[in-house]
Amino acid sequence: MSVTTKPVQSIGLRQALADLPVRLAKARLAYLYIAPAAIVMAIITIGPLLFQIYMAFTDYSVRHLNPKFSPKLIGLDNFIQIATNQTYIENFDFWRILVFDLVWTFTNIVIHVTTGIILALMLNYKGLIARRVYRALYMIPWVMPGLIVAVVWRNMFDTDFGAINQFLSIIARTLHDIGLLSVYEAVKIRWLYQPDPIVNLGGLLVLPLSYFAVLIVNCWLGWPFMMTVATGALQSIPLELYEAARVDGANRWQQFWRITAPLLRPAMVPAIMLSIIWTFNQFNVIYFVSGGGPFGMTEILVTQAFKLVNPQGKYGLASAFNIIVFLILLIITLITNRISRATEAYYV
Amino acid sequence: MSSQWKSILGQLLIHLGLIIVVFIVLFPILWVVSMSLDPRNIDRPTELTLIPPGATLDAYIRVLKQPSPNPVAFHELFINSIIVSVGTILFSIVLAVTAAYAFSRFLFPGRQLGMLFFIFLQMMPAGATLAPLFVILQALKLRTELLGLIIAYASGTLPFAIWNMKGFIDTIPRELEEAALIDGCSPSQTFLRIMMPLALPGLAVTALFGWMSGWTEVILAITFLEDPSKFTLSMVLYGMQGQYSTSTPWSDFAAFSILFTIPPLIVAFFLQRYIVAGLTVGGVKG
Repeated sequence: MSVTTKPVQSIGLRQALADLPVRLAKARLAYLYIAPAAIVMAIITIGPLLFQIYMAFTDYSVRHLNPKFSPKLIGLDNFIQIATNQTYIENFDFWRILVFDLVWTFTNIVIHVTTGIILALMLNYKGLIARRVYRALYMIPWVMPGLIVAVVWRNMFDTDFGAINQFLSIIARTLHDIGLLSVYEAVKIRWLYQPDPIVNLGGLLVLPLSYFAVLIVNCWLGWPFMMTVATGALQSIPLELYEAARVDGANRWQQFWRITAPLLRPAMVPAIMLSIIWTFNQFNVIYFVSGGGPFGMTEILVTQAFKLVNPQGKYGLASAFNIIVFLILLIITLITNRISRATEAYYV
Repeated sequence: MSSQWKSILGQLLIHLGLIIVVFIVLFPILWVVSMSLDPRNIDRPTELTLIPPGATLDAYIRVLKQPSPNPVAFHELFINSIIVSVGTILFSIVLAVTAAYAFSRFLFPGRQLGMLFFIFLQMMPAGATLAPLFVILQALKLRTELLGLIIAYASGTLPFAIWNMKGFIDTIPRELEEAALIDGCSPSQTFLRIMMPLALPGLAVTALFGWMSGWTEVILAITFLEDPSKFTLSMVLYGMQGQYSTSTPWSDFAAFSILFTIPPLIVAFFLQRYIVAGLTVGGVKG
């Protein structure tokens, strides 16, 4: 090639060749450092992963857990069954569930991030009294075990004796007592069982009342993590930037959008990337609060996959389901990684 | 004068907002406290009072004596949970810090792919890998041991741990390490004596995540463990409701939930001052 004849390039090449042993030695050390984590991950997750891929192309079911029966390879049948809704499960509609899962993830992340940033900004108010007390209290949802949170909220959403309806009743009675409400009646909202969806776009985007119930629960759980990330990022923004902006006549609103928001972004993006994966696969809240109901309208992909295994025992179909989940998340992550450049090394 | 009034008004408005949020955060928790004190063992307090009529601590005593039908006391389960949680922390920290250090400091073929590899593994729904994991741990003779659980949990926390630690190490000035190398430290000594202490905040975050997964995980534990003397607190708590929710002893469940939540709160409280800094620096990637 003509390029290599240029003197500058050949020096570069010679330099690169001379550096090669050093680079290899460094790389060897790097591989050595990564090896323990990679080996454990390989044993615990790659093995199951490969087995999963195999199962997705077979008719694996309960009886094949007994080694006497070997499952049959059936090609893409499982995937076709899922995409064409021929799974013989009640209220199953893959595309509706997928759309619901995406809407569920998107609405959650938007609310977690905005709430988290707003509260981080409030806690960052200059000279705020009792700042540490608030921060400690706000950690509670984050450290509460998900299972307890889900079971407690399910009971709180109960139609007759749930705390939510009782609380709303108290408000209604107060409004009645001061004459703002003509008739008082105990509030009996069927949070988890209202069968008529609130939003229904052609049967593809269906949002029942229980969607808002599970959304409330997951937002209660999810914002403190975002607030913590945002708080940390806020503290690393140099105050001089704001002073300079003020001198230049920027108002509060402009300061937020031109200084705070761009400098928060790099800290928020990796947290958001992981959060998307966690929310898309948020099993506990859906399974233990709404149970996917009513009529499977709040089912997400992982809860549906779990129901294929238990009680249905259709391992092959469930595996195909999991691989679809995996591919969707892969696409989302690759897009967000491209935007955030999160995997790049610091020293390049 | 007017600007002073403005700042006092600002304080008041912000406190008003913050107190409303405190109320929202504490509402479900106070509700559980109320349930745990109720002598009637009902599934939902009939009205919103913090101290129900005839409040008693009986549920706490019952739960501490014998929380499950098995002849195992609360403190034995507690010790098992501590072993699993602390084990998960140690395991994931040792593995994550070394890997994160390599991802942050070395340029080597496959680095970007390697980092994505760890996050890809998190995308597989956890419940789905249950059956193959069962077979693998069985083959390693670790399935019914707490160590088997520790390894499984640690592998679950590794992706976040590695990403978070990598971001954190990115921000530690490389000059410090170079100085140590010039002064005659070996690369490993530099890692242990210089990096580790500086990475303490990042370690605190990783530790809290390890702790939470070890303390609260239920599905794997229920599937793998057989001997009731090796059960963890979360398993027993899960067993108290679940399929037989009509016969759930609700006061006991609530009391157990409160006791179960106290250790994570203590851990979070102690780690809190590191955590804000830990996530800060870990997140910022210039």
